[in-house]
Amino acid sequence: MTTRDTRPGSTGGADVPGELYGGPDDDYTPEQLAAMSREDLDRLGAHYDHVEILHVDAGPEPGSPMEKRAIRQVGMVFAAAGLFAFLFVVVYAGSGWFLPDWHWQVTEGGWSALFTPLLGLLMGLSLLCVGVGLVLFTKKLLPHETAVQDKHDGSHFDRVTTGATFVGAFHNSGLARRKLITRSLLLMGGGVGLMLIMPLGGLIKNPNKGNPLGTTNWAEGVRLVRNDGTPIRPGDQQPGSLETVFPAVPGGNRQADAATMLIRLRPEQVEQLQPRVGHGDFAYGEYVAYSKICTHAGCPVSLYEQETSRILCPCHQSQFDVTQGAKPVFGPATRPLPQLPLDVDDEGFFIARSDYIEAVGPTYWNRERI
Amino acid sequence: MAARTATAPGAPTTKIGKAAYEFDERMLLTPWLRRTLNKVYPDHWSFLLGEIALYSFLILLLSGTYLTFFFDASMREVVYDGSYAPLRGVEMSAAYDSALSLSFDVRGGLFMRQLHHWAALLFVAAIVVHLLRIFFTGAFRRPRDTNWLIGVVMLVLALLMGVTGYSLPDDLLSGTGLRIISAILLSVPVIGTWAHFAVFNGDFVGEQIIGRFYIVHVLLIPAILLALIGLHLLILVKQKHTQFPGAGRTEHNVVGNRLFPTFAAKATGLIFVVFGVCAALGGLVQINPIWLWGPYNPAQVSAASQPDWYIGFLDGSTRIFPPWDINLPGDYTVPALFWPTVVIAGAMFTLLALYPIIERKLTGDTASHHLLQRPRDVPVRTALGAMGLTFYLWLMVAGGNDVIADKFDISLNAMTWAGRIGVVILPPIAYVITYRICLGLQQHDREVLEHGIETGVIRRLPHGEFIEVHQPLGPVDEHGHGLLAYGGAPVPKRMNHIGGARRAIRGFFRPIEEPAQVELEQRAEGRGLAAAEDRELTTSGRPSEGGRPSEGGRPQEPRD
Repeated sequence: MTTRDTRPGSTGGADVPGELYGGPDDDYTPEQLAAMSREDLDRLGAHYDHVEILHVDAGPEPGSPMEKRAIRQVGMVFAAAGLFAFLFVVVYAGSGWFLPDWHWQVTEGGWSALFTPLLGLLMGLSLLCVGVGLVLFTKKLLPHETAVQDKHDGSHFDRVTTGATFVGAFHNSGLARRKLITRSLLLMGGGVGLMLIMPLGGLIKNPNKGNPLGTTNWAEGVRLVRNDGTPIRPGDQQPGSLETVFPAVPGGNRQADAATMLIRLRPEQVEQLQPRVGHGDFAYGEYVAYSKICTHAGCPVSLYEQETSRILCPCHQSQFDVTQGAKPVFGPATRPLPQLPLDVDDEGFFIARSDYIEAVGPTYWNRERI
Repeated sequence: MAARTATAPGAPTTKIGKAAYEFDERMLLTPWLRRTLNKVYPDHWSFLLGEIALYSFLILLLSGTYLTFFFDASMREVVYDGSYAPLRGVEMSAAYDSALSLSFDVRGGLFMRQLHHWAALLFVAAIVVHLLRIFFTGAFRRPRDTNWLIGVVMLVLALLMGVTGYSLPDDLLSGTGLRIISAILLSVPVIGTWAHFAVFNGDFVGEQIIGRFYIVHVLLIPAILLALIGLHLLILVKQKHTQFPGAGRTEHNVVGNRLFPTFAAKATGLIFVVFGVCAALGGLVQINPIWLWGPYNPAQVSAASQPDWYIGFLDGSTRIFPPWDINLPGDYTVPALFWPTVVIAGAMFTLLALYPIIERKLTGDTASHHLLQRPRDVPVRTALGAMGLTFYLWLMVAGGNDVIADKFDISLNAMTWAGRIGVVILPPIAYVITYRICLGLQQHDREVLEHGIETGVIRRLPHGEFIEVHQPLGPVDEHGHGLLAYGGAPVPKRMNHIGGARRAIRGFFRPIEEPAQVELEQRAEGRGLAAAEDRELTTSGRPSEGGRPSEGGRPQEPRD
């Protein structure tokens, strides 16, 4: 059929309504429908949706004590929901107006400490009552109906006819024969796709330029300072103690990988001291300095147990022995904490002799190569 | 047409009815609407688990949108000057500052933030429990394998939602989490450092990451999740629900309630219950008190820094994995951290996603299934599930090993070793035990079908032998063995299950129904003591002519 056909449509060209879905409106006239009860209409519609009502347990008998009781219950629960909701509004809007201020004070145990719990309690109770009321209503007052609906795994007819439409269009396009178009389409798709994701290239940065992963703010002559910026002399610390120090550069105490632990060993620890190969002169007297950034996942290793000379990372429990060059002795870490070479400047304050000689923090693919 | 509308018999006469009729003449919605209202949903509590996930997502969208009005996802350094006195004058990021101010200086802000956090925990929990229900009942089998795959993708997205969400406040806890995320990215072989620099825009921590996580958290993943939820539900409606086997239930029907009004009312009730529970938790139970953690500082950490529960398994695997760096020629390294994070998580979710295909290959069962299976009837799958679950839960326990060691005064290293050994030997043990339990349950079902329910009634036979009377569930053969075959549905195991007892008279303080009426009604249904007595006579353990008096107290032929 073409568009120039003189008899388009199911009505043969006449300007009247055509068949609807080939279905219900032809089966039932308005008069027939008007003669049916509401229940029959409901079931008829369900029937057209492949649903059969198997049986209905009517709700409680109207006027029976059971019905009255259920109505009372549901009504009370809904009323409670409304009441709690109003109370929520009162607490929310009234605080700081006719109720005490809601701003929380750390020292106070009064209204401001109750404000958030009250909001939660009232909103929670209100919404729970709405939900419970609805469920009670359904269970106690609505008729219980058991229905069964047919299930179909789809229609072979639909698949075959739809397939014919698709394949027909593909066939008419001639793409199977017209190879040049197919190939140029491939090139076009690939090119346009690639072009559209190209701007993501803006995210790419070269991690190997300037070795940002392998360097910190430590450098020759940089003083070791505390978090508040004060420098440290030998003798400031008790034997056995640990202090977190930072490079004396602007923002040094906020650097992600510069944090360092300055440890004053006890005399017996000094005797046991076994520095790593090549790190023999990194200590200064009984002072050693290790990176605070765990070589496992980068958490700050913070828990120092001086009796066992162990430093524990609280994130994944790697343990490092400070007398053995901070070698990992337990847990998932694989590498020792890098050691900072120490010295003392003319004014008697601790300085670094250089940056760490290896990358600080978690291991990565080409760490050994930089 | 207008003329027909006005004169059509049976056309609505009320104002609303007329308006609705006219509306449909324009929109032509009723065929779709009637089909939707008539759709039958099976009535079983376990089908509501997915709905809980859906409703918590709704809460997350609403409360999350509210939070965006106040949150400033910026890492700009500011000095805190809000109403929480202990932190006044402290330098912090604008993100942490705004998270504090929305907790303390926005009316009801803390409530909303905690509501959001609790709803997030519930969201993932509901997804996981829903997934377990689907897995153990075999609801993922063809044709629902596609929807299973979408579900697993949504689970992964939900986890990413969680991670990007709890990283936002930029407090000490979330910053520690970020640092570990950074280390995990770095640990990926070959592309790790490049991936890290792409995500963080440079070395850790940079100035971009909170802002980037923010847009991923509030726009990118929610949009994808919404689309997938739509698809998930569309497929569900198209394929219709599965159902447990039972009387009248087949592969070609669904037995239950129509959407309107029963199912719609119950589902709406559930929405409000989920909302109510989240609201109550959000107000009453404190969660993530960020003001106690303080601002993020790369040099500080607090002990017992744990992620939210759903990431706990990755924390656990990271804690117990041995220190095994792999050094490759050319001074390249595969960091140990790579295995317990990227590889374990990747393998777990890949296995989960592919499970329907794996099972199809192993069993050769490629048919479509709409009837569910009881876990006991598929012992291998159930045992595999128990094995995976044990693995997951044990990793989660290992994720809290420092807290356990602290609270129970156990050596931390012993806990780590317990984690390492347990994760290898516990899953196979769980497999064997579950498999045996499944077989035992199967056998008991068969036994009751064959020999009847134990009534607890001991009877002495004329020649002095004592037997226990068994109540057969249906017709029996000449040896007294039940003829009913197992149909995949629960088998009644107690007399009460088959009407051995009358139901209680309704009423709390005083009866609200007539006891005599109930007695009659129950008798008509064959319930209650009197009815049971009648029936019991027909099924006593009396020997029939020629038969052995008793073989282990088996039921004999009925008398009449």
